[in-house]
Amino acid sequence: MGRVGTSLPTKEVLDFGLAHARARDAVHIELDKGTLEAAIQAEGFLVMRASSLAVNRSDYLLRPDLGRRLDEASKALIHSRNSEKPIDLLIVIGDGLSSLAVQRHALPVLMAIRKRIPSDWHIGPIILASQARVALSDEIGETLNARMVAILIGERPGLSSPDSLGIYLTYRPRVGLTDANRNCISNIRPEGLGYDLAADKLAWLAKEALRMKVSGVSLKDESDIKQVTNDQA
Amino acid sequence: MSYRFCVESNQYLFKDLKELMAKATPARSGDYLAGVASRSYEERMAARMCLAEVPLKRFLEELLVPYETDEVTRLIIDSHDKEAFGAISHLSVGDFRDWLLSDLADAASLKAVSSGITPEMAAAVSKLMRNQDLILVAKKCRVVTSFRNTIGLPGQLSVRLQPNHPTDDARGIAASILDGLLYGAGDAVIGINPATDSLPALMNLYHLVDDVIQRYGIPTQSCVLTHVTNQIKLIEKGAPVDLVFQSIAGTEEANKSFGVTISLLKEAQQAALSLNRGTVGNNVMYFETGQGSALSANANHGLDQQTCEARAYAVARHLSPLLANTVVGFIGPEYLYDGKQIIRAGLEDHFCGKLMGVPLGCDVCYTNHSEADQDDMDTLMTLLASAGLTFIMGIPGADDIMLNYQTTSFHDALYLRKLFGLKAAPEFEIWLKTMKIMDDQGNIQPVTSKHALLQNRPGSLPARLTHDS
Repeated sequence: MGRVGTSLPTKEVLDFGLAHARARDAVHIELDKGTLEAAIQAEGFLVMRASSLAVNRSDYLLRPDLGRRLDEASKALIHSRNSEKPIDLLIVIGDGLSSLAVQRHALPVLMAIRKRIPSDWHIGPIILASQARVALSDEIGETLNARMVAILIGERPGLSSPDSLGIYLTYRPRVGLTDANRNCISNIRPEGLGYDLAADKLAWLAKEALRMKVSGVSLKDESDIKQVTNDQA
Repeated sequence: MSYRFCVESNQYLFKDLKELMAKATPARSGDYLAGVASRSYEERMAARMCLAEVPLKRFLEELLVPYETDEVTRLIIDSHDKEAFGAISHLSVGDFRDWLLSDLADAASLKAVSSGITPEMAAAVSKLMRNQDLILVAKKCRVVTSFRNTIGLPGQLSVRLQPNHPTDDARGIAASILDGLLYGAGDAVIGINPATDSLPALMNLYHLVDDVIQRYGIPTQSCVLTHVTNQIKLIEKGAPVDLVFQSIAGTEEANKSFGVTISLLKEAQQAALSLNRGTVGNNVMYFETGQGSALSANANHGLDQQTCEARAYAVARHLSPLLANTVVGFIGPEYLYDGKQIIRAGLEDHFCGKLMGVPLGCDVCYTNHSEADQDDMDTLMTLLASAGLTFIMGIPGADDIMLNYQTTSFHDALYLRKLFGLKAAPEFEIWLKTMKIMDDQGNIQPVTSKHALLQNRPGSLPARLTHDS
């Protein structure tokens, strides 16, 4: 890194500033929902939009509680689409703290997930949620009577990782659950955990959650171990 | 008891001391989130004016969290030093501020009253103080501790070397340690936040740092920041544990959410003391705190977050730590929204800790979803160094790739030492000079690959590690 006197050289100061600027943009630039929605639809998915009670970014940052609840219009809309056929794994895409992560990685991750889940699972519509916290997926999942919900969400951006996507899986989602009820797959991006590996983990966890009828701390991610076992078999 | 205050024709009613304290607190997002903040600017000033008239004695009578249900309150009340309190027992909160700023309050008299000051008294008076008051009074307080070196002497600024790595890679950690030492960092502690929770892996980390300390004869101490129960188990298994770490908060319930009680902390302290590894002194604990932690555990009892934070220092004080660290900007914008709030909180925490006799350092830091940047960190670290801060963090380039936040760098520590003429711990500084990392004038020397620290490396350490001036 070097030093000038005891201070940082110009290049280091500027590089740091750029990394911080990218992380800030990831938080504050709004997700381009139109483009993402069209791209997801082009792959044959049905998409529905939803919004939390947080009306803008500053509201979202200051009031995490608002980001965990649906606004009235979304609640009514989602409720009206509650189909007869039970949803096995509902997938929510939420902007979270990095729109950049969602814009870049949500679709490829979604495609990788589709390849790995059993063909008889009904996944229902993809919910594209704005100003979303992880727990928003509880209310969406509960409204649609989903057996499981997975939310793909932008993680708090790091200086060297402004576009990190996370997936949180919850069995039998309902309002009032905590992080102890979820399984998390973190740092999904090409430089971190790749799309295929992330989708492998989610598929494994979802199958196990369904089998054990639980998610969260009592469901340990042993997908690596299982993988090894399968290789040996 | 309720409190009333009139501002011209507007009458303000505060239903108890807890509400009065919260309403008097400088604005911050966490108190709004908790629903305890004042509703107007005038109400906030009315609360401060009302608080200024409250006798300090009142804080021993009207307890903000019930004695019966909270062990932190019991600790505060049962360990209160009435003799020390005698010198200030006649004062109101407002008078107390005036006394603290007067020339009567020098290092000796502040030390003499320290154990008579409860966290609620410290928090209350801080709410009436401007930033310059918080700096000036903190600067007069002396809190000196020791283990393998001496921390907190006048004119000293120590550095916690924080060589974190996302996968605990031994070479990565070792490289950061050597890098930091070559920048003169590491006298407060070499403290790793591990990614792992596994005891064998943690055992390896203890040996890794201890090997470096032994090999080069460094007068400093190590710490692995895992849960206190892990550290007790590892002590039993023979790990070379210098300092025992734990995150603590200001209410029993919040501490429970961290999985600790005061008696568990005491047990950990005894375990560390039993190893007898200190050479200069026996302060074996290292604590981390931060405003907002009680609320985030739903355990704030309607208190404002700054008062909760000060109560954590009562827990710390009880265990005679070598170091206590307020991790000020880590928690996020829902608790401290922007640079202004982070800066204010950092100064309050440092003041309250020092006033109570706790060796406060500060993790001057922020996350990328806060309205803060490097300029805010420069401001806060400079203010804190002028206030006599005990230590800051030091990591390569300010970017913690393990915890995903920005804290202070090795360069920042050198900046502060140069700007204010501050020194490392005396024992450590002698070592820096012996190792030719520092010259006789106290300047950090350019390093080549021929440097002794890089020649005589443990096998696992990387070969290439140099920096030029």
